[in-house]
Parts: sequence; structure tokens; C-alpha cells
Amino acid sequence: MTARAVETWTLQPLTDFVREASVRLVLLMTPAGQVLAQSGFSRAVDVMSAAALGAAIVASTAELAKQLRQAPFAALNHQGHRHGIFLSTFPIERGTVVVLAVYDLDVSSLGLVQLFYEQLAADLKAASPKGSVPKQVLAADFERELSESLNTLFGR
Amino acid sequence: MNNALDLVTRVRGVRGAMLVSADDGLVVAEQLMEGIKGSAVAALAASLAGRLRRAMEAAGIGTSVFWHLQADQGTLLVVPAASGILVVAVAEPDVNIGLVRLELLRAGEAIT
Repeated sequence: MTARAVETWTLQPLTDFVREASVRLVLLMTPAGQVLAQSGFSRAVDVMSAAALGAAIVASTAELAKQLRQAPFAALNHQGHRHGIFLSTFPIERGTVVVLAVYDLDVSSLGLVQLFYEQLAADLKAASPKGSVPKQVLAADFERELSESLNTLFGR
Repeated sequence: MNNALDLVTRVRGVRGAMLVSADDGLVVAEQLMEGIKGSAVAALAASLAGRLRRAMEAAGIGTSVFWHLQADQGTLLVVPAASGILVVAVAEPDVNIGLVRLELLRAGEAIT
């Protein structure tokens, strides 16, 4: 399974996580839905949909926690009949990273995903460039930036 | 559930006992000595249990009632109980396997 990254420092931790946790699909992104890296996706439209939906869930659960005067939820897990979906966030120096992982229940488990997610978070924190400010995407550049990111993510 | 784990942890050489959900690899109950990472053991045990179950089904030799994984610095012993729970013991390499197996089976019966 091929992992590809817009931010190259995310690639090795992502590859390790995919191998160790035996997850099927993974997206690393910002809370705004800007994709940093992906593994397992074969179509750009799927990446865009998953990123938008994942970011929306993070935003809505964060707001729900705020309404309840609680800290934001640490992680969200949805277990279906054949697949599980794990969504979580953690801070790095440059901001917040959102991890969306989909795993087959026959191959992996929530316990394995949680275990290696901790390692992924630690590895990404260590690999994150220090002292640099993430590039801001302006509305005028959005389409070009998105197009370039998708080209990188799918090796075009 | 803690009574079931007491049966296992009172055996000499046992460093901890856990009840683990076989489906998702999460800890249901645990009695562990310091230094044992319960979440890692639970995830490993559930992952191995799932793979073993599929391999044994494919081989047509039924389901497992007990398994024993010997490592350099310790031993993992597991009894799959009813209702999707694994009874897991983490022990010293030289533990009395027969005695731990007996207590794991008793603990498995106690939680059903």
C-alpha cells in the first residue's frame, strides 16, 4: 500500500503506523481539512470527501465539548460490522494534526490502532520541523494549492 | 471480575492478569504489576487471538481453549472465555504453566 505526503516529514511515521496497526486507510490533515499525507486512498475525490468530513466531525465535536464546558474529545471511534473508523487530534509545534484511520475488523482492532496511534503522535511530534510557520493558504490560491496537493498525494 | 483475576494473580510468578475484549483489544479489567503496559498486552493478545482463530478455522481443527507464548523475558498465557473475553496472564518465564492454565480456565468460567 502506497503512502504519499505533501509534508514529507510525515511520511515515515505514517508508513510505520500503517504497517504496525494494519490500518487500511489513513489521512493526516489539519483541522481545516488540508491534507498532509494519505495512505490507501486510490481516488482524489475520496481524499477530499474524507478530509472534509473528518474536519467537520472534529469541528462539531469540539464545539459540542465547548457547549458542555469540557475539554475537546480526545478521540472518536466508530465500529461498524466490518470496519472501524478512528478519528483523533494531537498538537505539534506547528498546530494541530488530525488523524483519520479506517481499519478492517478482521485484520486490526481498536486496541492496536490506539496503541500505535500513540507512537504515531510521538513520531510526528519528533519529526515536525521546529521553529517554522506553516504556509497559509489564501482563498485566492485555494484551488491551485488543492490541485497541487492532490497531484502530490496521487503521484501525478 | 476482579475476583476472577485474583484467582490468576495469586499464582507465584504471575506478574499480572487481565480481561480483554477479543473483538477490539481493549482492557476490560486488569491487575498488573508496575511496568506492564496493559493496553499493549491487550492489543497484542486480541490480535493474536483473532489470527489464531482464523488459522485454526482454516485448518479445520476447531477453536483454541488455551495458548501459551514464551518470550525471552516473560510468558503470555491466554484462555478465550465465552462472550468474547480473553483471560490473559503475564508471567515470569519459569512460572508453573499448568497451575496458571488451571486458574485461567477457572477465571474464564467465573466470568461467564
